[in-house]
Amino acid sequence: MTATSQTWPDARGRFGPYGGRYVPETLMAPLEELERAYEAARADAEFMALLDAELKNFAGRPTPLQFASRLTEHLGGARIYLKREDLLHTGAHKINNCLGQGLLAVRMGKKRIIAETGAGQHGVATATVAARLGLECVVYMGTEDMERQRLNVSRMRMLGAEVVGVNAGSRTLKDAINEAMRDWVTNVRTTHYLLGSVLGAHPYPRMVRDFHACIGREARAQILAAEKRLPDTLVACVGGGSNAIGLFYDFLGDASVKMVGVEAGGRGTGLGEHAARLAFQAGFSGARPGVLQGTYSCVLQTPDGQIAATHSVSAGLDYPAVGPEHAWLAEQGRAEYTAASDEAAIDAARTLARIEGIIPALESAHALAEIILRAPKMRREEIIIMNLSGRGDKDMEILSKYL
Amino acid sequence: MSAQPPTRITRRFKELRRSGELGLVAYITAGDPALEASEQIALALAEAGADVIELGVPFSDPVADGPVVQRASERALRCGTTLGGVLDLVKRLRTKTQVPLLLFSYYNPVLQMGLHEFAAAAADAGADGALITDITPEEAGEYRGAMRARGLDTVFLAAPTSTDARLKMIAEASTGFLYVISRTGVTGTKDALAEELPALVRRVRAATALPIAVGFGISLPEHVSLLGGLADAAVVGSALVAEIEKAQSAEAAAKAVATKARMLKEAARRGISRREPTR
Repeated sequence: MTATSQTWPDARGRFGPYGGRYVPETLMAPLEELERAYEAARADAEFMALLDAELKNFAGRPTPLQFASRLTEHLGGARIYLKREDLLHTGAHKINNCLGQGLLAVRMGKKRIIAETGAGQHGVATATVAARLGLECVVYMGTEDMERQRLNVSRMRMLGAEVVGVNAGSRTLKDAINEAMRDWVTNVRTTHYLLGSVLGAHPYPRMVRDFHACIGREARAQILAAEKRLPDTLVACVGGGSNAIGLFYDFLGDASVKMVGVEAGGRGTGLGEHAARLAFQAGFSGARPGVLQGTYSCVLQTPDGQIAATHSVSAGLDYPAVGPEHAWLAEQGRAEYTAASDEAAIDAARTLARIEGIIPALESAHALAEIILRAPKMRREEIIIMNLSGRGDKDMEILSKYL
Repeated sequence: MSAQPPTRITRRFKELRRSGELGLVAYITAGDPALEASEQIALALAEAGADVIELGVPFSDPVADGPVVQRASERALRCGTTLGGVLDLVKRLRTKTQVPLLLFSYYNPVLQMGLHEFAAAAADAGADGALITDITPEEAGEYRGAMRARGLDTVFLAAPTSTDARLKMIAEASTGFLYVISRTGVTGTKDALAEELPALVRRVRAATALPIAVGFGISLPEHVSLLGGLADAAVVGSALVAEIEKAQSAEAAAKAVATKARMLKEAARRGISRREPTR
């Protein structure tokens, strides 16, 4: 492993030029406090043991690394393995980070947690952890997302969380984050903001990455056990980028392992029609470095710096900025970013359901669409690992229109 | 810094200290409901006795603002307001008034224009400085350099959560005045000022010799009177923006904010300002 690739972020929360801390002054001391508390917690063997036990006994780690034999045969190229994060409690990888931050909130003496959610998976995981740990929980969700992910709204309410609809802007994930930040700035003394992706001000991108790094650690050991060698390619979908960085992180030092992040190509390449921030080589327009919601990264925006509208069939990928570490991996050429259209994702979901008996989340289906393009062009002895980050139950209303 | 001539902001606060009068800093969102209207409204505010006018640059994602300013930003963006347009407004205002003008923006529009381009354009237009809501001194090195090179003030925020060490850093990075946020939260009016406010202002006072303006939640003459013994200026924003939202025309909006500003300025004149010798 090269030391440099694993030492980001620096002390100021920078991944190369990206990252940092761009928030109103009111949040600065609390972010410093959070950073200190996190550093102390991760160095505390007792805390880490408690987290590991919860991940194992409550969430269901380790997750299997399944050889997708029928999909491999169907595509006729590389051997495809699926990291089955969809089998975790609550149905997606999000619970890894929620348990980590939830236990940290308890350690910090916070009685109330707030979160934003797009697809609802992070909201459900947060509500679940809040119930498990006895914390008050408020989840902000765009009203457009509440409409398209109704099942998850009910799940959160069932778990005792208050779901607050956000009717501003595009009424999606970005607006939910704005509202969560306003809550946090108001109630910062009693409240922990349980941010759900590798976004926001330092230390969030680093902390959320660390809590998901178990995905790649397990996958590495599992593939070495199964194939006696490292994979050739890793593929994951990228909204904010938490499941992707979780898979990639432990492999960053392995130069032979290619990494591919798949963004939401939506319904076209024009600004407003997609949520592809890093796949500009594929012709998607409108992304430039900028500051949104606490961090400096690649942002879809107008020439005069207003944040652009985005579109994706998948609420979890429908966001105008990307985690700063991904922007840095893209700039260095360490990871490659591409995009899958709404249509390709829905087709991919159907393929996986019928060939492997797994209904994937629409987010994960974007990664699968890339596999369908890529695997047939690879040699039969090559290995791909895809992060199957979530299951598709929540998307059945949308998917049922395409049966 | 000492080589720079003082800005209109610094000069105005000097005059206020000399007269022992509490200043009034008035915020409006530029372009709400249109840039031509903002020109009329700003001139009316200057006429009514506002000591500094803050021109808000509308942003699509105003995380530090409450619902009133959020709606104002939406109205301003809907009619096509850009940072360039706001700077043109400053230029037009400057031909008609010498009131200190402070640009109030989120970072991204400024960053996209380019920090040096922004500073040059703001100085050329006749602005006196800027306050960027979502940068703190840690991330502001290049921005401060660009502003300083053009003789513009950089106002930073101090918050109830700021530690003494942070207050010291904020004081070192600020010129013109220091903006103290009265309570944790977003912009917007409240009935009462936070009980912790006097202690906070005393902590800030210990960290800086700069004038102190207190904002967030200030809307009533009695708030302003209370600040008289405490701060150098009161910032009023949402209360003015709410008047603009209610008004049926630009003329009516200008009249309404002027009436409100005059009432608040009257309270400021009656209030006893802190009696310290001028430095």
